[in-house]
Amino acid sequence: MALTGIQIYKLLPKTNCKDCGLPTCLAFAMKLAAKQMELSACPHVNSDAKSQLADAAEPPVRLVTLKADGHEVKSGNETVLFRHEKTFFNKPGLFIRVQDDEAADGIRAKVSAADTYTVRYVGMDLTLDGFAVQSASSDPARFADAVSAVRAISKRPLILIARDPAIMATGLRAIDGESPLIYCADAGNWQAMADLAKQHRTALAVCSDKLDELADLTGKLKTKGVADLVLDPATRRLGTSLIRQTQIRRLALKKDFRPLGYPIIAFPCDASDPTQESVLAAQAIAKYAGFIVLNHFAPEMIYPLLVLRENIFTDPQKPIQVQPGLYEINDPKPGDPVLVTTNFSITYFSVANEVEGAGLPAWLLIVDAEGMSVLTAWAAGKFDAERIAKAVKETGVARKVARKRIVLPGHVAVLSGELEEELPDWEIRVGPREAVDLPVFMKQAL
Amino acid sequence: MPVEIPKDTWSGSVCTVTLGATTAAGGTRSHTVTVGGHKTLPFMHFEQPMAHRPVIALEIRDRRPDDWSPLLLEVWGNAVDDPASWANAGEKAGADLLVLSLSLTGADGHPTTPEAAVAAVKAVLKASGLPLLVFAPGQADLDNQLLVPVAEATKGERLVLGICEDKNYRTIVATAMANGHLISTRTPMDVNLAKQLNILVRDMGIPADRILMDPTTGALGYGIEYGYSVMERLRLAALQGDGNTQSPMIVTPGAEAWKAKEAKVGQDVPAAWGDWRERAITWETLTAVALIESGADIVVLRHPESLRRVRVASDDLMAVPETI
Ligand code: SF4
Repeated sequence: MALTGIQIYKLLPKTNCKDCGLPTCLAFAMKLAAKQMELSACPHVNSDAKSQLADAAEPPVRLVTLKADGHEVKSGNETVLFRHEKTFFNKPGLFIRVQDDEAADGIRAKVSAADTYTVRYVGMDLTLDGFAVQSASSDPARFADAVSAVRAISKRPLILIARDPAIMATGLRAIDGESPLIYCADAGNWQAMADLAKQHRTALAVCSDKLDELADLTGKLKTKGVADLVLDPATRRLGTSLIRQTQIRRLALKKDFRPLGYPIIAFPCDASDPTQESVLAAQAIAKYAGFIVLNHFAPEMIYPLLVLRENIFTDPQKPIQVQPGLYEINDPKPGDPVLVTTNFSITYFSVANEVEGAGLPAWLLIVDAEGMSVLTAWAAGKFDAERIAKAVKETGVARKVARKRIVLPGHVAVLSGELEEELPDWEIRVGPREAVDLPVFMKQAL
Repeated sequence: MPVEIPKDTWSGSVCTVTLGATTAAGGTRSHTVTVGGHKTLPFMHFEQPMAHRPVIALEIRDRRPDDWSPLLLEVWGNAVDDPASWANAGEKAGADLLVLSLSLTGADGHPTTPEAAVAAVKAVLKASGLPLLVFAPGQADLDNQLLVPVAEATKGERLVLGICEDKNYRTIVATAMANGHLISTRTPMDVNLAKQLNILVRDMGIPADRILMDPTTGALGYGIEYGYSVMERLRLAALQGDGNTQSPMIVTPGAEAWKAKEAKVGQDVPAAWGDWRERAITWETLTAVALIESGADIVVLRHPESLRRVRVASDDLMAVPETI
């Protein structure tokens, strides 16, 4: 948490020597608090004050970044408990786990499919972030082989999972020069793990089911010089995870409790009931995880999770919008219909994708409804006959069509009377409520 | 290093609402279901025990739905042609509550008649002992024509009558009060609209323990983040003591998720969407669980496998050892 000018002043030498260029230490403290000067401008601060000031400048949840070959996963730097208070900033990384006792063919197939997986959602191409390789065989050579096998296929960031530092060391040697996240340090192995983390400049995950012990461990690791830490509170069930992850986030944000001010790693891959893996992962996305490790690669599970992550991490202050205006779908001719809807991007893409996918030509008139969906905009008075008529005029769509036919979303059928008054020479039609029903409506009713 | 865990304390709480009346209480239900009563945020057991667990309602219809996904029609089979069999099947699938949605029209295309609506409600009440919610089609005049006779024919059952919206609530609230039922309000994903409607219905004199509120949600991919945040804000306001936000919350992730193309259809969709059935169930399940964690007291679902998964999830959310 940022210190006030007065708090900073107490840490300065208070000699008013002016070497920093300012008349007093207090003036310098004020500049520091306002982030208008750097601490290095004062040559006289002692090292204890320096470290206290540096600590205070840290964000409450440390930013941990995993990089590999142009790919990057950033976690941490969050500032709120609820997304409506501001926004959640860094989307948690989604990793697919392979274990070194799986058959090599199986590992290759799974990693290839997951690595190249991409799915389109509201104009964006969504992908997974990386892979976790776990030592399950307890054989260092097999672990190294599995790490190499994954790295041979995917260039994405990796998480290496092994409790035995000797096994971890062989895994790290297999990708020498890289900085994966290594999992994990615990009360028994933390010193050796810290050495590995320092040697390879990796981030280090820390595991304990007790918050006291977790905080102890991060304190010791920090003192030993490992700065990039990730927390595993070792809960593997929905109820306990929700509580622990809330407690950790609250301690970091509300109490400025540095020993737990790190991103969290979650392991839905360990779900005892495979149908709960996606549920645990969804909770981890919404409730504070920074890294999420999955076991199965199945598009029908990954796609919903990638979509949820986009939704939860949308900035609530800025609804995702598209530019209002006239969009041409499938090369429309003057005889084709005009479909009208709002500029909420999910609404736009649902309609555009349906019509485009069905191969039907149409003019899509996007009204400026301040980025709200049809019903919400209508309720808020941002999508009414007047605004639609205005869009018709501004886009000049009347000059592009021979047959003046406009289709209203079914949810706002009530607007048809007023729209007839606004646009007397247009034929007003009421379409279906949902985009998914548009192609059938267009084929049968238009 | 002993870590002191911060605990929230709140001045307000969520109302407790009991659905259904047993024979002893003037109805015919085999048992009742109570929701709400919370004194803290969802599942923060270390602060306060959860007063009542979230419950799962299953939506059934008075006749075969015209626009439901083939996956739903297939899984319920012939039951969709008979509300009583559907109610039975829903109870067997593990639902806590049933929601009977009345159709706009009968199979013949004419508007649903009050007689048909009453017959469907009575058939469902006879077939299943679960507490029941009856939702009209959503057109003001027709809703009133259907719900008043339904309310009168089931006096004392503590049904939930829906849906009260700002443009149409008076008749429904009045008949609920006259016949010993409850109401469910609905507003489109907005905290202030939810509060205003709560004020309007309470002004008519209906007691707080007979009101459920539906703040509306979007499905995963279709605006869930709005519904999610509105529910979090409403629940925070309730705990902070705002009396117009303290009704237990009901939402319909089933209806929303199954409108989404991802759940509804299996053909002509991108290969990256994967297996249809599993995707559809995941769509409904994730929408529901996210909303339960943001404060939903009742989720209304459509598919029996989603229902099973949401049950496993909510049991897990409730089963937290005291040491946590
Ligand atoms: S250089 Fe340091 S000690 Fe000197 S006046 Fe500036 S802040 Fe004070």
